[in-house]
Amino acid sequence: MSDTKLGFDGGLGDALVASRRFFTRNEVSPDLRTITAKGGREGDAFYRDRWSHDKVVRSTHGVNCTGSCSWKVYVKDGIITWEAQQTDYPSAGADRPEYEPRGCPRGAAFSWYTYSPTRVRHPYVRGVLLDMFREALAEYGDPVVAWGSIVQNPLKTKVYKAARGKGGLVRATWEEAAEIVAAAHVYTVKRWGPDRIAGFSPIPAMSPVSYASGARFLELIGAPMLSFYDWYADLPNASPQTFGDQTDVPESGDWWDAGYLMMWGSNVPLTRTPDAHWMTEARYRGQKVIAVAPDYADNVKFADEWVTPAPGTDGALAMGLGHVLLKEYYADTIPPFFAAYAKRFTDLPNLITLDAADDGTYRPGKFLVAGDIDHPEGGTENAMWKPAVMEAGGAVRIPRGSIGHRYGEEGAGQWNLDLGDIDPLLTLHAEADALAVEVTLPRFDAADGRARHESRGVPAMRVGDRVVTTVLDLLLAQYGVERSGLPGVWPESYEDARVPATPAWQEQHTGVPAQQVTRLAREWAQNAIDTEGRGMILLGAGINHWHHSDQIYRAILLLTTLTGAQGRNGGGWAHYVGQEKIRPIMGFQHMAFALDWQRPPRHMNQTAYWYVNTSQYRYDTFTADDLDAGTGFFAGKSVMDLLCQSVRLGWTPSYPTFDRSSLTLGDDAAASGMDAGAYVAQELKEGRLKFAVEDPEAEENHPRVLSLWRSNLFGSSAKGNEYFLRHLLGTDSAATAQEAAPEQRPTDVRWAEEAPEGKLDLLTTLDFRMTSSTIFSDVVLPAATWYEKYDLNTTDMHPFVHSFNPAIAPPWQTKTDWDTWKVIAKRFSEMARDHLGTRRDVIAKPLWHDTPEAMATEHGVVKDWRLGECDPVPGRTMPVIAVAERDYAAVHDKMTSIGPLMEKVGMLTKGVAYDVRREMDILRRRNGVAQGGAGNGQPKVETDVQMADAILHLSGVSNGHLATQGFRTLEKRTGTQMADLSAEHEGKQIAFADTQVAPVPVITSPEWSGSESGGRRYSPFTINIERSKPFHTLTGRQQFYLDHDWFLGTGEMLPVFRPPLDMSRLFGEPQLGTVDEVGVAVRYLTPHNKWSIHSEYQDNLFMLSLSRGGQVVWLSDRDAVKIGVKDNDWIEMVNRNGVVAARAIVSHRMPEGTVYMYHAQDRLIDVPLTERDRKRGGIHNSLTRIVMKPHHIVGGYAQLAYFFNYIGPVGNNRDEVTTIRKRRTPVEY
Amino acid sequence: MRVMAQMAMVMNLDKCIGCHTCSVTCKQAWTNRSGMEYVWFNNVETRPGLGYPRTYENQEAWQGGWVRTPRGRLKLRAGGRMKKLVTIFSNPKLPSINDYYEPWTYDYETLLRSPATKNFPVARPISLLSGKQMNIEWSANWDDDLGGSTEHAVRDEMLKGIEDKVTFEFEQTFMFYLPRICEHCLNPSCAASCPSGAIYKRSEDGIVLVDQDRCRGWRMCVTGCPYKKVYFNHKTGKAEKCTFCYPRVEVGIPTVCSETCVGRLRYIGLVLYDADKVLEAASVADDQELYQAQRECFLDPFDPEVQRAAEEAGIAADWVEAARRSPIWALISRYEVALPLHPEYRTMPMVWYIPPLSPVVDVIKDTGHDAEDADNLFAAIDALRIPVEYLANLFTAGDVGPVNGVLRKLAAMRSYMRDINLGRDPDESIPASVGMDGETMYEMFRLLAIAKYSERY
Repeated sequence: MSDTKLGFDGGLGDALVASRRFFTRNEVSPDLRTITAKGGREGDAFYRDRWSHDKVVRSTHGVNCTGSCSWKVYVKDGIITWEAQQTDYPSAGADRPEYEPRGCPRGAAFSWYTYSPTRVRHPYVRGVLLDMFREALAEYGDPVVAWGSIVQNPLKTKVYKAARGKGGLVRATWEEAAEIVAAAHVYTVKRWGPDRIAGFSPIPAMSPVSYASGARFLELIGAPMLSFYDWYADLPNASPQTFGDQTDVPESGDWWDAGYLMMWGSNVPLTRTPDAHWMTEARYRGQKVIAVAPDYADNVKFADEWVTPAPGTDGALAMGLGHVLLKEYYADTIPPFFAAYAKRFTDLPNLITLDAADDGTYRPGKFLVAGDIDHPEGGTENAMWKPAVMEAGGAVRIPRGSIGHRYGEEGAGQWNLDLGDIDPLLTLHAEADALAVEVTLPRFDAADGRARHESRGVPAMRVGDRVVTTVLDLLLAQYGVERSGLPGVWPESYEDARVPATPAWQEQHTGVPAQQVTRLAREWAQNAIDTEGRGMILLGAGINHWHHSDQIYRAILLLTTLTGAQGRNGGGWAHYVGQEKIRPIMGFQHMAFALDWQRPPRHMNQTAYWYVNTSQYRYDTFTADDLDAGTGFFAGKSVMDLLCQSVRLGWTPSYPTFDRSSLTLGDDAAASGMDAGAYVAQELKEGRLKFAVEDPEAEENHPRVLSLWRSNLFGSSAKGNEYFLRHLLGTDSAATAQEAAPEQRPTDVRWAEEAPEGKLDLLTTLDFRMTSSTIFSDVVLPAATWYEKYDLNTTDMHPFVHSFNPAIAPPWQTKTDWDTWKVIAKRFSEMARDHLGTRRDVIAKPLWHDTPEAMATEHGVVKDWRLGECDPVPGRTMPVIAVAERDYAAVHDKMTSIGPLMEKVGMLTKGVAYDVRREMDILRRRNGVAQGGAGNGQPKVETDVQMADAILHLSGVSNGHLATQGFRTLEKRTGTQMADLSAEHEGKQIAFADTQVAPVPVITSPEWSGSESGGRRYSPFTINIERSKPFHTLTGRQQFYLDHDWFLGTGEMLPVFRPPLDMSRLFGEPQLGTVDEVGVAVRYLTPHNKWSIHSEYQDNLFMLSLSRGGQVVWLSDRDAVKIGVKDNDWIEMVNRNGVVAARAIVSHRMPEGTVYMYHAQDRLIDVPLTERDRKRGGIHNSLTRIVMKPHHIVGGYAQLAYFFNYIGPVGNNRDEVTTIRKRRTPVEY
Repeated sequence: MRVMAQMAMVMNLDKCIGCHTCSVTCKQAWTNRSGMEYVWFNNVETRPGLGYPRTYENQEAWQGGWVRTPRGRLKLRAGGRMKKLVTIFSNPKLPSINDYYEPWTYDYETLLRSPATKNFPVARPISLLSGKQMNIEWSANWDDDLGGSTEHAVRDEMLKGIEDKVTFEFEQTFMFYLPRICEHCLNPSCAASCPSGAIYKRSEDGIVLVDQDRCRGWRMCVTGCPYKKVYFNHKTGKAEKCTFCYPRVEVGIPTVCSETCVGRLRYIGLVLYDADKVLEAASVADDQELYQAQRECFLDPFDPEVQRAAEEAGIAADWVEAARRSPIWALISRYEVALPLHPEYRTMPMVWYIPPLSPVVDVIKDTGHDAEDADNLFAAIDALRIPVEYLANLFTAGDVGPVNGVLRKLAAMRSYMRDINLGRDPDESIPASVGMDGETMYEMFRLLAIAKYSERY
């Protein structure tokens, strides 16, 4: 530098700047480099003004999101200006990252909706319907009669139904709109019965009061609420199958505790935006991170390794990993840590009876139970529900903790996982008198998609005349892990690809190198040994939305359970798909479903509901046996037949239930003088009464009225969207699928020659913005946004509860959901006085999980009364039949006060009963007391805040008294110590006002399986592992083996690889990879959108500006070349279900042969007419449809028993294929 | 020594999840108004990619920043101030609206107001500039997540010279995110470009602002800024830029983008520097020495002499204390893990970045590299998916040495911490291998991983 002079070029310019020193208040640096100033504050007052605001209000967002982020909403001059994240969360601990700030770009853009042009500001009704109603009302004077006159007139209904979705919404007054809605409800209850009405509002956790508004009204009138978790395909059925629990997962703060983290089909930065930091930060603690994803997803960047299985083959990958684990850590030697865990907390040592087959081999059979062998340890109660183990030397023992100990007097103090003096054998291999018998095991990995069978040996022992082995022995055979002296077909090494489940075998299916799998399995196991189970697998929609996702998950849960990782902080499965936990579940359930006034509620699995009611079953061009890869077990049956069987045996719910109104049935039963249950059983047996599902196209069996709030069914979750449009709504549809041929049709169902179009009489949607659902609705009611109401917010990923608060009052004519449903309830009650009165409603309820009803089917042996195999006995061989008295004129009174059952009967959650007289007293004082009417003297729930307080007071997580009471009750059953878990908070009551101040940490409660005691991070099943509390399964252990007839018959008793459905074979779609003039046939996946939460925010201008501004599909550069598509070209995707018009995003980060269409982009934003139909292009679900998996409708058997959103057929959609091509004609709108 | 204080930011790209929350909260707070529709004071770019505005790093085209003349003097690349005055009415080096993007909205009203029609209604895009229907062909973030990579990312300026190292094949894919705000440079070329003297550095904290009263809308600053972080408000006709949220910072709240960063990757703090050294540092001959030269401008707030000089310069004692507690000082100077963005522009930028680690490439899947295993520590770094050369083009004018050094420290930290995490004795040879001691490495771990609110800002 010394020989050059520092400075700037162009002396004149420098002089200019320098001279400014003399006539500005700014200061030029001595080197003339730059200008500095102290002032400038006035000149830039603009930004100071911009920043100024009048108040900041705490609120959050009620979309289907696990964020549970608390936000600051800024208000200036009574106008919401913007939002930013709160940072005042409870601390996660001294040596850990904190929860703050929590939020994502979607949430940060929410305030846009408040004043946006898509805001629904007033009530709307489709003009053509409104005209009809006004005319009819003028003619008849009574709104119920008026409504009846319209829907009884086929000409009129055809007109207004065909107009659905096609504009023509006109403003109505609130009075008029509410009158139409209420009249339709009254009419439908009267004419068809209350279970022809339904409501759908998704996932309550993020705004339970808003959910409860309509739910409480509908349950009070007897209308079913439709489920969401299973419908979204987010419910992993493997969870109830394995854990006996709907889903329970670690909070994201617990990722920090893991020593090894696999993100498997879970794109954490994109779908868990506010939680992703735990993952990036835990790496710095030396956590190893693996990303398993078919594309270079956002999260891959953070991983140490990228594992890229072909889409849908994750089950094979998991089995490959499992093979190495089982071989090296269970067969060769077993580390003491694994052995101790497996013996006590898994069913691996349980004995399975092997059934001799004609071919000399054996078939895996049923759990050996105390009652099979009159074992003295089985006692006299529930002996058929106490599975056995064997000790060295051959002694059969009955460990405590099974479902048989859970119920009945004998089991008191016995329902726990202490083995006492029992030391069960995991394998019988070392037993001196063990037999080596061959068992026949299925595999489904053949090129033609058909099941094959192979036999491999297991060590077995005789117990009486039975031949038994252990679950572990069967598992080793299933996974192809050879041990000395056992016959059968075995792989020679890890490199032997012929036999499942070697690393080389999985490589054939997944494309993941065998060596990588071997190494990862060893790392996984070693980490578990080094850390005592701190290995965690985050599971996501990428692997959970497949038809056989339960099998994918079971194969993955094997990895966490074999290594002792479940029930550990930093360990186990972490399923993050739509799993939003309503932490205050108990108060929520009882209040939302009006269990304070009448029980049981009507709860419906939504997948089955739409499979039937949108007539999608008619397009099953295959039989259940085809779906089952030809095992023959379901030969001659359709999936619809299996559903009918499941319904009549009481396994799964079904609404509308009977081909007769449930109110008429109440009258008929009363008239017969019989008990309602006996009457219904008799009528069914005699064939005078049928289930509606056996004739869904008959007009008396249609769903008639549907209400949506917090929901966009038609732009988002409606799998088989085009069938909804055709059969449910009666408007334009793009489906071209063929109906089933005669030999494929159900035999238990009347086959209507033609399926009706437009079954639904009234579709009502409450929303604050325009969506596909509002454009199809007959009535649109203007809703308050999330920044305009009070509510609560919780999830399972964050152990705190916080609140919504109105930053402004609901503007224009908008109302909160709570107030809207109160308006409807009021009007309904007024009309009901003349039209309905008090009626007896006969409810058919399936056999429930967590009750003794789950012990209806010994050994899971199916007996069908219809086939004469048994008698129809309510609550045993058919649904529970209950009667509710409904005073329809009192619905509004009941909705706004807490009913007397709380004090008379108490509360029940997950099998634990609670006495809540104390809480009701407090609520009387906190909320005030209703005066007069049906709720006279009861605590009020007139306002949303009162409802929120009711929920908080009636839940253990927010009421330390209840939590401790529940644990004391549980202690009596388990005989182990529990109550100390919540004792530290026994005096703590979280009130709504507390949640307004800051997010409040929750209390450990029997409502959930993990403990937060002492400020630890929540991880599921820690109470089970640390306090010996059994899992809610048959064995009381984590169960790998499922011995229900349907699982045995179809070869799914153990984890097994089931590839994606072959859509060519089932539906005649082109083979994947086919390139022809139509385009290229590709796997069609619908992952979560980076720019929306489901359909919410997709229409938000900020999100659209940061993305592509409309509906898009990602495809690989290699596929793009095949069809001549460049980035941003218009494309069209076509399959039998419908058509999508969108733009292409071409990227090399996508794998060849697979396209991604972010789900729920909705059809409202820049979607043109399709080239094929000249009609508006469809949504992502225009290319999908419901394909139910029969295993999910098994019920009445231990953990395979129904509960709302706990188990059930999922609306899976990942197996679909489509053809994609470049659009050739000009784009038109 | 002339001590000055500078508010600065470090972003840890190894933690950036590319969520764009910062962009939205910033937009909502500051630029959600007419004339500014296309403006994102804060944006996040997927790299490789073209950025916002497109190809802004191509200074051949856009002429931003400084160049060093053969005489060792600095010259605005776009020409001297005289030239600017001459060309003031026809500045040809401005990105056009298409290089940013044409902002739009939709006719959302149609959805509710559509009369009865044949088809389901749809909202079509409408230009916010012309008010006419438009086709959307570019956005604020068009090439997010490698969208359109084979047309766009391939043209990333930073790939120049390393084409042989980067293939746009599925198997070799890599990407990361680069959030950007104004750099609040020590040697701001925007300010030097302004004929009106409207752009100034606040003497107390170095925040670079456009005096809205003085700005005459010449737009020379837009050209002059090599980061293209000064924007033209086409409604008011004035330049606007990131203000480092001074109305918040002045009252002790972090910037919007920092506080709302859910990746928790942004650090804010005060840095003391010697204003007398800046010009010399900005003028070093070798582009690759600029990183080191800039660091040498920074003053050690723990040095009593610096403290004395600061006092003399009128910097309050609590500001010096803030400089001592500054995470920026720690990340840049103590741990040496943060690097400047494009030091070769010679503006002495004050928003620095910790470069990202990334997965190991497939080619070694078979044998495997366990990044937590000390034996594999540096072998894995050599096989990372993001080519070190690419990062070096962003942060060190192409010098891979410092980038490698940072990545090795991050890897060593993970390895060292794994032993502690697992309850084993820590292996002190690991920090030693990257020139650190265990205690310092642990402190760095706390700052990067635990990163409590009070430690980040």
